[in-house]
Amino acid sequence: MLTKTMDPAKVLKVVGTSPVRPDGVPKVTGQAVYGADTILPGMIWGKILRSPHAHARIKSIDTSKAAALPGVKAIVTGADLPDHKFEYVGPERVAVNYWHMTRNILAREKVLYEGHAIAAVAATTPAIAQQALDLIHVDYEILPHVIDVDEAMKPGAPLLFEDMITRGIEPAPTTPSNIAKRLEFSVGDLAKGFAEADEVVEMSFTTAAVHQGYIEPHSCVARYGADGQCELWSASQGHFVVRAYTAKLLGMDIGSLLVHPAEIGGGFGGKTVVYVEPVAVALSKKSGLPVKIMMSREDVLKATGPTSGASMTVKIGVTKAGKIVAADSTFKFQAGAFPGSPVMNGAMCAYACYDIPNSRAVGYDVVSNRPKSAAYRAPGSPISAFGVESVLDILAKKIGMDPLELRYKNAVSAGSPTAWGPKHAHDGFKETIEALMKHPSYKIPLGKNQGRGVASGFWFNGGGESAATLHVNEDGSVVVATGSMDVGGSRASMALMAAETLGIPYDKVRSTVADTASIGYNHVTGGSRVTYATGIAVVQACNTVIEDMRGRAALTWDVSIDDVIWEDGHAKLVAGHAGDHAPLSLAAIAAKRAVTGGPIVAEAAVNAGGMAPGFSTQFYDVEVDPETGHTKILRVVAAQDVGRAIHHDYCEGQIQGGVVQGIGWALNEEYVYDKEGHLSNAGFLDYRIPVASDLPHIDVVMVEVPNPNHPFGAKGVGEVNIVPPMAAIANAIEQATGKRMTSLPMSPPKVLAAIDG
Amino acid sequence: MSKHHITTTINNNPVEFLCEPHQPLLDVLRDELGMTGTKEGCGTGDCGSCSVTLDGRLVCSCLVLAVEAEGKTIQTIEGMAQGDHLHVLQRKFLEHAALQCGICTPGFLIAARALLERNANPTEEEVRFWLAGNLCRCTGYQKIIEAVLDAAKEIRGA
Repeated sequence: MLTKTMDPAKVLKVVGTSPVRPDGVPKVTGQAVYGADTILPGMIWGKILRSPHAHARIKSIDTSKAAALPGVKAIVTGADLPDHKFEYVGPERVAVNYWHMTRNILAREKVLYEGHAIAAVAATTPAIAQQALDLIHVDYEILPHVIDVDEAMKPGAPLLFEDMITRGIEPAPTTPSNIAKRLEFSVGDLAKGFAEADEVVEMSFTTAAVHQGYIEPHSCVARYGADGQCELWSASQGHFVVRAYTAKLLGMDIGSLLVHPAEIGGGFGGKTVVYVEPVAVALSKKSGLPVKIMMSREDVLKATGPTSGASMTVKIGVTKAGKIVAADSTFKFQAGAFPGSPVMNGAMCAYACYDIPNSRAVGYDVVSNRPKSAAYRAPGSPISAFGVESVLDILAKKIGMDPLELRYKNAVSAGSPTAWGPKHAHDGFKETIEALMKHPSYKIPLGKNQGRGVASGFWFNGGGESAATLHVNEDGSVVVATGSMDVGGSRASMALMAAETLGIPYDKVRSTVADTASIGYNHVTGGSRVTYATGIAVVQACNTVIEDMRGRAALTWDVSIDDVIWEDGHAKLVAGHAGDHAPLSLAAIAAKRAVTGGPIVAEAAVNAGGMAPGFSTQFYDVEVDPETGHTKILRVVAAQDVGRAIHHDYCEGQIQGGVVQGIGWALNEEYVYDKEGHLSNAGFLDYRIPVASDLPHIDVVMVEVPNPNHPFGAKGVGEVNIVPPMAAIANAIEQATGKRMTSLPMSPPKVLAAIDG
Repeated sequence: MSKHHITTTINNNPVEFLCEPHQPLLDVLRDELGMTGTKEGCGTGDCGSCSVTLDGRLVCSCLVLAVEAEGKTIQTIEGMAQGDHLHVLQRKFLEHAALQCGICTPGFLIAARALLERNANPTEEEVRFWLAGNLCRCTGYQKIIEAVLDAAKEIRGA
């Protein structure tokens, strides 16, 4: 193994600083090419016909009039895509079913939500493509629909799939329902645990579906050649996964599809799946021309993402001394129109911060007539945390204990059990609580109508498959390439780790993201895995190059490689060696590469384990206007264990961004449906994400408890920050108003009703 | 449908184009003129990603008809740097890590410049309210606000 585990005593020169990112200038000058910015010669425009109904059977689709319109070059429907076997594949937490996926790309037997794609047209102009959509006639048999998760679970609810039998129940139910799956994680003896409790609180909560809200709508350009070779320019969180899904859905060889990583305008989990890509490829194949498809914002809100809304009941018992002795919860998650909500994550993360001897978490994955849910930042964890962390706040008050202290007394550390089996392997959670306990702002007195709320959160973080290559140029500059999409500064973190490892300046490293034909497989930029896993691959490639450099220096000096060390970017003779040779820099060795072995290239491929989870503890000070119910966030302090910050400012920025998404989830954001099952707020005016004037300064405390399994101690930082805000803000509102909010979002009308009620 | 012939000035260059009467300025910039630095986030004037100035006035180019550009002066992100010399706002956005994905950045830069041209000494609250028409989903706005305040300070020579 070339990966060297971290030496905590080593002083780092480059890692932990905040240099300007390699892709910075193109992004501030408008030169960076995002998904919608690709323009190819001869390109035509694709548009997608979407269902106006929440639930209907498709009796027939007549595209003849559209096809006859001059300028129309291709039309596709679900019938143009191969069908797939009904089976769940992949690890259970993230299993996919291509029978479902192909039906979400283009509907077949039924439309299952408003905005469900039915057919697509490619034409010489966007206007002609739109005109052609209007000429497609779909004969629908409108069916009763169901939106709410609790309604969808009731016997007699309209069924999305007439043959769906709930998985995870023995013996299997004999009648179909909208419950795709039941799961359970149990530890200890609940009855015994609750008997030991001095205080028990049981409460029900609901959360609304919320969208990832990336500013860039989905878009792509596909060019399919007569030789069966296809190129795709797509803004995604993982071009290798786009390639795999698109090839699978179209029955293509993976090798026939080359995916170029366009710059991505935000994803937050929502761009780990495909929507328009297979459609664009199918249209390009039929028309023989490059096809661009861009979603509108309305399409994005109606037909992509969101994360699940949920209904849950949480019961927790504590002793007077503050020991959590038992917890029992049920989480019912909206999957959207196809199974696959993050309820398993939600159930696993629910108590993951705490060492609870007796616990049970039951989860239900429930379909209803909404868009299929997609990953959103720590998927599932924020939802269950809203319930669990709200109940903990109530219990802390009941036993007269500071909410941070209650959490601290029960906090997990390395060696603590988990509800799903393996023990926790890393510290870091207690340190986030301590950071808030001693933060000066935690003691600031509050005024009238003001409150302070605390909550914590857990997220697994990811490792997995990554590949990197390193090229040393003849002048000693270096190119680092990976296949991990750069969503928020990963080119910079890869360059920092390479510069640190090689001992050269940051600005000597050019860091790029390579296409699917130019580098080995990289899994998605998701699960907060890239700085960890792809970082390990980069460091491994650097270490291979260092070995090569030592060998070339040894050859030059006619000494043994064992007599050559690599230090501060130079090959040097070991101390005490008899010879006398001036150190050779990377540039000096590179200049002689032809006579020492040729090009200096290394590649590394890893399937990284050993990642450490993310923990965050945050507090919010709020002021609630008793006249309007409006909640103003006065102060936020967010502590998070980052392992070790690789790029200091981008690390901090991840935490600030996650906090603000959480504030939106807590106070504003929700999917609003009318009686017909139509989304009423499919635009940024009515689906209101936080704006600059809504927010105070976001104070970040980065706790650094290094992960010894990463060369520099990095832990994933992207996600766990969104877990605590909703409960913390609810806890703060309770302190400000005396009213416990149990339903998200805590919008002014709801808070006002609680105050007046 | 006959197209309109429009004569305008974009980033100090004379530009002529043909457009449909219903075409937004954003579509002409991006699809007809290849100026894709101006981004589309919503097409309904809610996100500010397509911000440009029209005779010095900050507008969402998705809400301006291209025919309205006749005889007017447009400034887009492509005209913000002078050669290889970045505008102070562009430089400060990079130094402060004020962008993550970067899709909203051109709009924020155009909007921030419009603010600083009017008020080179804004308070943090004034910056937050001026930029309330620009959505960013990545940063939580903190570093954007810091970058704009720092740029203002440099412009003032403070």
